[in-house]
Amino acid sequence: MPEITLSQAVNQAIAEEMRRDETVFLIGEDVAEAGTPFKVTSGLVEEFSTERIIDTPISEPGFMGLAVGAAMTGSRPIVDLMFGDFLFLVMDQLCNQAAKIHYMSGGKLNVPLVLRTNLGATRRSAAQHSQSLHALVAHIPGLKVAMPSSAYEAKGLLKTAIRDDNPVVIFEDKLMYQDKAFVPEEEYCLPFGKAAILREGTDVTLIGTSSMRQVCEKAALLLEQDGISAEVIDPRTLVPLDENTILDSVKRTSRAIVVDEGHQNFGTTAEIAARISEKAFYFLDAPVIRMGAMDVPIPFSPVLEDITVPTAAVVAEKAKKIVAGELIHAL
Amino acid sequence: MYTQMVKIRVFEDNANQLYLDAKMPGLTHMYSGEEAVAVGICEALRVTDKITSTHRGHGHCMAKGADFRQMFCELLGKVKGYCRGKGGSMHIADQTNGNLGANAIVGGSMGIATGSALRAKLQKSDDVTVCFFGDGATAQGLMYEVMNMAALWKLPVIYACENNGYSEYTSTDEIAAGEILERARAFGIKAFNVDGQDVIAVNKLASELVEKARKGKGPFFIELMTYRYHGHHVGDINRTYYRSKEEETEWKKNRDPIEILGTFLKTEGIANDDELRELYSKVRSEASEAVDYAINADYPDISEVDMHVFQEG
Ligand SMILES: Cc1ncc(C[n+]2csc(CCOP(=O)(O)OP(=O)(O)O)c2C)c(N)n1
Ligand SMILES: [Mg+2]
Repeated sequence: MPEITLSQAVNQAIAEEMRRDETVFLIGEDVAEAGTPFKVTSGLVEEFSTERIIDTPISEPGFMGLAVGAAMTGSRPIVDLMFGDFLFLVMDQLCNQAAKIHYMSGGKLNVPLVLRTNLGATRRSAAQHSQSLHALVAHIPGLKVAMPSSAYEAKGLLKTAIRDDNPVVIFEDKLMYQDKAFVPEEEYCLPFGKAAILREGTDVTLIGTSSMRQVCEKAALLLEQDGISAEVIDPRTLVPLDENTILDSVKRTSRAIVVDEGHQNFGTTAEIAARISEKAFYFLDAPVIRMGAMDVPIPFSPVLEDITVPTAAVVAEKAKKIVAGELIHAL
Repeated sequence: MYTQMVKIRVFEDNANQLYLDAKMPGLTHMYSGEEAVAVGICEALRVTDKITSTHRGHGHCMAKGADFRQMFCELLGKVKGYCRGKGGSMHIADQTNGNLGANAIVGGSMGIATGSALRAKLQKSDDVTVCFFGDGATAQGLMYEVMNMAALWKLPVIYACENNGYSEYTSTDEIAAGEILERARAFGIKAFNVDGQDVIAVNKLASELVEKARKGKGPFFIELMTYRYHGHHVGDINRTYYRSKEEETEWKKNRDPIEILGTFLKTEGIANDDELRELYSKVRSEASEAVDYAINADYPDISEVDMHVFQEG
């Protein structure tokens, strides 16, 4: 199995699906010659021409709307939204239009489109280029949400997203574009709604989305040194969410920490924690802990930015406390 | 105006060096080459007039009266910066001089500028607001919504489109249909084109329009033809796939705003070479003193992280 970067994985997924299905096209700002600022789509325009790799003006609501219309009438657009923060600009087309059309038409119309965008802080990009906004779209019925945590997931989930007949929003971590992982040479898709258990454990379950999966894996290594056995789960998709894998694990370990880079208040961690509390309550030996980004706009200054997102050390610290039965009521 | 332009150029040279030396966190978009736009316009404004700025905002900030020290501090994320290190390059602004903020959302300040003009009208003040934005930002729908309202309500706002020929790595002709000025005219807004490298021409036009806007004759639209010398941001080094070296050289050699004004000052006998050179080196040493100050300045205390989410009280 070759090792490739997340950026290459995304590039391969798009190229393979475009070869397989001529109704797939890519649209967004500077996706053609420039290959996006993250160089994710480099080389695609040479193979597929500017007819299927479409550079747009800086008109996010406009090209999002175009994609919705094209999807309803037979295309399978992949929309490239340069920064996750720009979701706020496309919200009407995505949430009022794309998300609801299948339902409002009584199942007669489909919107098979993929919105590729990103999340993640600590790039020193300040408050308008650092947000992780997946919880916002996961809140809207009719949208599927995928959160790849390495190159392997990025490729497999994107291919599934492109083949899905519903609008799918996929969040890549912009800090991970250059990170490498083993990716099979033969074709594969990863199913939605199927979590991965990355490490088995008996004392506590760490559930980490996207980049927070790596944080949880590192925390598990730290915990091992203290004789604590942590299980690590990557949900891979938030909508649909693989509740069973999470609940089975927590029933075995009796403790859970949910780690995610979105803001903590009203966020992804809250949703997953609530489901565990509702459905595995009698198996729990400690309150389910949420760990999200701090509830502040992401600051520019490195000394401030670095403390806004969960780190392995902080996750391990909390895990130790709940395993030791400390501070059960207030963490 | 000469000094102001030199200050911006020197600021950017230092910012670039800070980036190259890995002393500056993140990236920055440099204003070098476009100095006459910010300076020509801001020199026509008074302190109480407002501006809104962009991701390429150092020039606007400086031209509206900011100082080196606090700007460099902001760039480096230090607590003495204009935004206490919370904003950085893309949000740098000297609020006390009427700068309502640099914006990392392209076109994101158009509503703010127009709203500021609405406030002036409601308050019966004769302050004017200038909205700076790039050619790329003309693709944002928000612009057309607010221009319509500004025209309907005769708001004292001037839309200043800095047309540097590119939005990121794409040339303007590929992303703008028709004529940009005609779009403003469609709302009945008087729209002008001016050479954005000629600070005297920019200032003359801006002064006329600002005076008219003060009297309730706004809004106005100006398209300023200009050029950015560096990449889209400091990391954009290999640019030949979207613009040629010859084109860059042509602008730098023959259309440099500082050179153009310098030549004018010399021909008119207002200043000679030595004086201009001396001025340059004075600004340079002020800047390097400020850089040292900023490098040695403190970062914010980490307790500031959740401060300023809300106004207290
Ligand atoms: C809403 C939004 N879309 C895209 C971007 C990414 N982006 C940053 S600057 C830029 C180009 C802006 O071009 P222009 O308005 O001409 O300004 P210039 O950089 O040339 O000064 C783009 C696409 C952004 N910051 N905000
Ligand atoms: Mg431009």
